[in-house]
Amino acid sequence: MNSFTYTQADAVDTAVDERASDLTAKFIAGGTNLIDLMKENVERPTRLIDITRLPMATISETLEGGLRLGALVTNADTAYDERIIQRYPLLSQTILAGASPQLRNMATDGGNLMQRTRCYYFYDLATPCNKREPGSGCSALNGFNRIHAILGTRTQGSDGQLAEPNCIATHPSDMCVALAALEAVVRVTGKNGERSIPFAEFHKLPGDTPHIDNTLESDEIITAIDLPAKGFPDNFMYLKLRDRASYAFALVSVAAALELENGNITDARIALGGVAHKPWRKPEAEALLVGKPATKENFQAAAEALLAGAQGYGHNTFKIELAKRAIVRALGQAAKLEPTA
Amino acid sequence: MSPPLDKRAPSLPPLHTVTLTVNGKETQLKLSPWTSLLDALREYMDLTGTKKGCDHGQCGACTVLLDGKRINSCMTLAIMQEGKQITTIEGLAPTPDELHPLQQAFIDHDAFQCGYCTPGQICSAVGMMNEGRVKTTADIRELMSGNICRCGAYTNIVDAIEEVINKQTA
Ligand SMILES: Cc1cc2nc3c(=O)[nH]c(=O)nc-3n(C[C@H](O)[C@H](O)[C@H](O)COP(=O)(O)OP(=O)(O)OC[C@H]3O[C@@H](n4cnc5c(N)ncnc54)[C@H](O)[C@@H]3O)c2cc1C
Ligand code: SF4
Ligand code: FES
Ligand code: FES
Repeated sequence: MNSFTYTQADAVDTAVDERASDLTAKFIAGGTNLIDLMKENVERPTRLIDITRLPMATISETLEGGLRLGALVTNADTAYDERIIQRYPLLSQTILAGASPQLRNMATDGGNLMQRTRCYYFYDLATPCNKREPGSGCSALNGFNRIHAILGTRTQGSDGQLAEPNCIATHPSDMCVALAALEAVVRVTGKNGERSIPFAEFHKLPGDTPHIDNTLESDEIITAIDLPAKGFPDNFMYLKLRDRASYAFALVSVAAALELENGNITDARIALGGVAHKPWRKPEAEALLVGKPATKENFQAAAEALLAGAQGYGHNTFKIELAKRAIVRALGQAAKLEPTA
Repeated sequence: MSPPLDKRAPSLPPLHTVTLTVNGKETQLKLSPWTSLLDALREYMDLTGTKKGCDHGQCGACTVLLDGKRINSCMTLAIMQEGKQITTIEGLAPTPDELHPLQQAFIDHDAFQCGYCTPGQICSAVGMMNEGRVKTTADIRELMSGNICRCGAYTNIVDAIEEVINKQTA
C-alpha cells in the first residue's frame, strides 16, 4: 500500500470541500473495496477522508411513500430492516445473496454503488487495462474472460461501424441489480449543491471512457438512495448463479419483479447482473410482458428481447444462454409457477 | 507497545495516536494511517489469536467483533475504529480458567484440523448468534460462509455451533 494521510470528516460540506480541493483524495466508508484495491496498488489515494462519522446512517420514510437509505447504512442493516423486508423483500434477498455476513456488516450502501469491477486484469498491475490505465489496452478481450460482459460492450465508431470494445468488465454488485429493478434514485451533494440521479443513469457503459464507472462528479458524495413507493412485495425473485453456493460474485444474476392481477401481468421489471458494465435493463423487454398472462412462453420472449445483441468473447459466451434461462426461471419463481429452492 | 520506529523515512506522514478498546482494555498506540485493524492487533498488541489468511476479505480468518458485530479486521484501518468495543478470540472466555461455550464445543466436536481458521470461525459464530437469524442447519452453513476452512472441517464446525445454539435456546 502507498503512503497516505488520513482525516475524518465531520460534515458533508467539509467532506465535499476536502475532496474538491484535492482530487487525489478519496472517501472511505466500509473500506471493503477501497482497502482491497489499495493493498493491490490499483488505487493509490494520497489522502483518505473518513466519512463514517457523517450523519447519513439511517433509513427513513420519504414524502412519496418510499424509503430513504442513508449512504452509510450498512448492507446488513438494510437487508434486515423490517421495513425493507416487508416493503422491498427483493432488495433484502439480493443483498443477502452478496459477499459474506462479515463484509455485509462493514459494506455501506453508498460504497456498494461505487465498488469497482472484479476483472482480474484490472487487479493485476502487470497487465494492460484500459480501466486502470486508459489507452493501455484490454487484456480480457482476448484473454481469460469467463466473468466478463456480454451486453453493452460495443460502441459505434464515428463511421457508424461497431468498434472493438475498450473494456468488457462487469459491475460486480448484487444490490445494484435490485436497485435498478426498483428504479431507485441516487441522491448526491457536490460543490454545486444537491442533485438526484435516476438509477439507470448512475452507472455507465464503458464506451470510450472505461476508466469512468459512473456519472458521479469528482467533487460529489452520495448521501442517500431513495426507493420509490412501489416495492413489488408479492412477486419477486433474485436469482444468482455463481461458481459456488455462497460467498462468490455472480456469473449471471436476475432481479425479477412482477405485479399480477388474476394471472395477468400488469407491471414487470427485469434487471440483470454479471452481464454488463452496469445493471442491465431493457424497458422494451418488460413491456412485452404487460397485459399478458404469466407463462413460460411469454417469459421466454422477454428473455430473448433482453439478450438481443449479446456478444460473447470466448470463455464467457455461455452466459448468453445461461442468462436467458435464468430470466425464465426467475420470472417463473416471481410468478410462483416454480419453486424457489 | 509499538516496535521501534525511529528509522522512519522522513517523507512518511506523522504517526497518529490511536486509542483502541480491545477485550475491554484501552490501549494507546502510535500507528501509521494504513495499519489495518488486523495488523494493529497482531503486530502492535501481541494479540496473535486473530489470524491473517488472505488479507483481502476472502477467508474470514481475521474475524473479530466490533460492538458485537462480526467484521473482517483485515479490511478496515485501525485508525477508523477508535471508540469501538473490539473483541478478539482472546476476549471470549469469561475467566482465564474457563472456555467460551463455542470454544468448548469446537474441542468436543473436533471442529478443526490445523486450527488456523478456528479463531475466525468462533468469533464469526459468536457474531452470528448475536444476530439471531439462525433457524435451520442450512442457515448455519449459509451464515458461516464467510469463514473458509482450508482443512474442510465444515461438518464438525456446523455441529459444534448447532450444539451451542440448541443449548442456548433449549
Ligand atoms: C471477498 C469479497 C466478496 C464480495 N462479494 C460481493 C458479492 O457477492 N456481491 C456484492 O454485491 N458485493 C460483494 N463484495 C463487494 C462489497 O459489497 C463492496 O466492497 C462494498 O459494498 C463496498 O462498500 P464499502 O462501504 O466497503 O466501500 P469502500 O471500500 O469504503 O469504498 C468503495 C468506493 O466507494 C467510494 N465511496 C464510498 N462511500 C461513498 C459515498 N457515500 N459517496 C461517494 N463515494 C463513496 C469510495 O471512495 C471508494 O472509491 C465483496 C467484497 C469482497 C472483499
Ligand atoms: S475488461 Fe476492462 S477492467 Fe478488464 S482488462 Fe479490459 S479494460 Fe481492464
Ligand atoms: S485475512 Fe481477513 S478475510 Fe482473510
Ligand atoms: S482447521 Fe485448518 S483451515 Fe480450518
